[in-house]
Amino acid sequence: MFAYALRRLIVAVPTLFVIVTIAFFLMRAAPGGPFDSDRVLPPAIEKNVLAHYNLDLPLWQQYLTYVGGLLQGDFGPSFRVRDFTVAELIVSGFPASLQLGGIAILLAIFIGISLGAFAALRQNSGVDYAVMGVAMTGIAVPNFVMAPLLTLVFGVYLSLLPVAGWGGGAIENKVLPVIALALPQIAYIARLTRGSMVEVMNANFVRTARAKGLSERLVVVRHSLKGALLPVVSYLGPATAGIVTGSVVIESIFGIPGIGRYFIEGALNRDYTLVMGVMVFYAVLIILLNLLVDLLYAVLDPKVRYV
Amino acid sequence: MIHTSAASDGLARVEEFEGRSLWQDARTRLFRNKAAVASMVVLGIIATMAVLAPYLSPHPYDELYWERIQAPPDFENAHWFGTDGNGRDLFVRTLYGARVSLLVGILATTVSLVIGVTYGAVAGFLGGRIDNLMMRFVDVMYSLPFMFFVILLMVIFGRNIFLIFVALGAVEWLTMARIVRGQTLSVKRKDFIEAAHAGGVSNTKIIFRHIIPNVLGPVIVYMTLTIPQVILTESFISFLGLGVQEPLTSWGVLIAEGARVMEQAPWMLIFPASFLALTLFAFNFIGDGLRDALDPKDR
Repeated sequence: MFAYALRRLIVAVPTLFVIVTIAFFLMRAAPGGPFDSDRVLPPAIEKNVLAHYNLDLPLWQQYLTYVGGLLQGDFGPSFRVRDFTVAELIVSGFPASLQLGGIAILLAIFIGISLGAFAALRQNSGVDYAVMGVAMTGIAVPNFVMAPLLTLVFGVYLSLLPVAGWGGGAIENKVLPVIALALPQIAYIARLTRGSMVEVMNANFVRTARAKGLSERLVVVRHSLKGALLPVVSYLGPATAGIVTGSVVIESIFGIPGIGRYFIEGALNRDYTLVMGVMVFYAVLIILLNLLVDLLYAVLDPKVRYV
Repeated sequence: MIHTSAASDGLARVEEFEGRSLWQDARTRLFRNKAAVASMVVLGIIATMAVLAPYLSPHPYDELYWERIQAPPDFENAHWFGTDGNGRDLFVRTLYGARVSLLVGILATTVSLVIGVTYGAVAGFLGGRIDNLMMRFVDVMYSLPFMFFVILLMVIFGRNIFLIFVALGAVEWLTMARIVRGQTLSVKRKDFIEAAHAGGVSNTKIIFRHIIPNVLGPVIVYMTLTIPQVILTESFISFLGLGVQEPLTSWGVLIAEGARVMEQAPWMLIFPASFLALTLFAFNFIGDGLRDALDPKDR
């Protein structure tokens, strides 16, 4: 398993390299630069500014410098947020993004699996249809619609929770963004769990477990649920990516100082290094989490072995 | 030469016959699914309204009514959904949004369909080292944070509808390629493919005439599920203010505008949001229905 993990990590290096290269040249192909503003700088000063950030060098040299820096873990300085390096900005924004995303995915796993299993055990009953109807709503109502609706109901009409803002990380400020992030994932996970659970409940090994005289509880929890979780686990890779990109929207709707907001602002301002930094950071995160999911898969499914 | 083409024509005819009975079977099953049928009706209505948009309302989509800014729905002036912050009729704008969203959904899905199906079928058919190489490439593409690339593309190259089609199509073909490859691997060992080889049919012709028609079932299911995904992504980009440009609009733009003033003018959020949700619902139900209808296990 260790060798497998190592091999996956080695394969990740060219992937990251591709990401960096595409993103770098894509950004540079754009019209405009980080120092275009309404105020026209005197030519001498502009030249100095460009030279300071190596922007006067030919593109390929800038590229090599940037990749060289990355290899040493240096994301470079932000072009627009003065006196901050990209690494500092990411470190300052990540806790907020991580808390929202982390809580949301944990909630989604817990609630999604419970709802899905619950519906599967009462297949074709009213409960089943109700749960699946709600799940379909979670899929069809995107989080950027859900977020304003939640704010309208709980923030404005009922005035129970703050409408937006981070409030230094107060719990009240996290409730709505977390719900908006978690709902679509709860819906997907519930549907997946129900589907595979229905299939597993008819499998031979479940019949054997029943024949052995195990209690229904043990049959469900220890035998069927464990088998039914496989598709859910493999969904967790894309789910993390979904939460990460979802948080870009949620952060800008609720005005949360996370990394997602930096990305959009950075792209709009042509802050080359900041955009690249956030992208590389998220790419690494997604690759690592996908690897984790695959390893977890091997733990759950005795048929999967990595050598 | 004449002989071989006659042989392959004969093969094609046999296959067509089998195919028709499979599709007929699926169609009966699909039409028995009430949710799917209702969804098709809803989608049909929305699509017809989108096409006929200019004839359904007395108001043009970009006309500013200064005397009726952010007016609630009223029937006297034929503003059935009210007006927006610039005094434009929201009913017509929602329908124009439907045009953009449906068009993006269908075109981007077609792009992904063409790339994905061809790529997957070629990889699966050729097999061996080429297959390995082609699928490794798909794996690498999978781990790119695509949403970020799409946002970057929009920011950099301006809000060009055409670019949205291409960008979204280029993102969505990966899963399609995987599905088609898997199917191709199983189809290419069937006897009728061997018969086609023996009949002297060229590889290209085997791929397009014999393999692709036989992997269409899962492809259609995945396609119906891709359309809502693409519509969602387009709305997401437009919501961030990176999609289509004024005075044209899309559901994402309308929802973003509505969300900003939802306390004073909830209708500006509710109408476009319901249209979007209804459309996504419908496509998902149709996709589910098709999957059940085409599933050989349930037959």
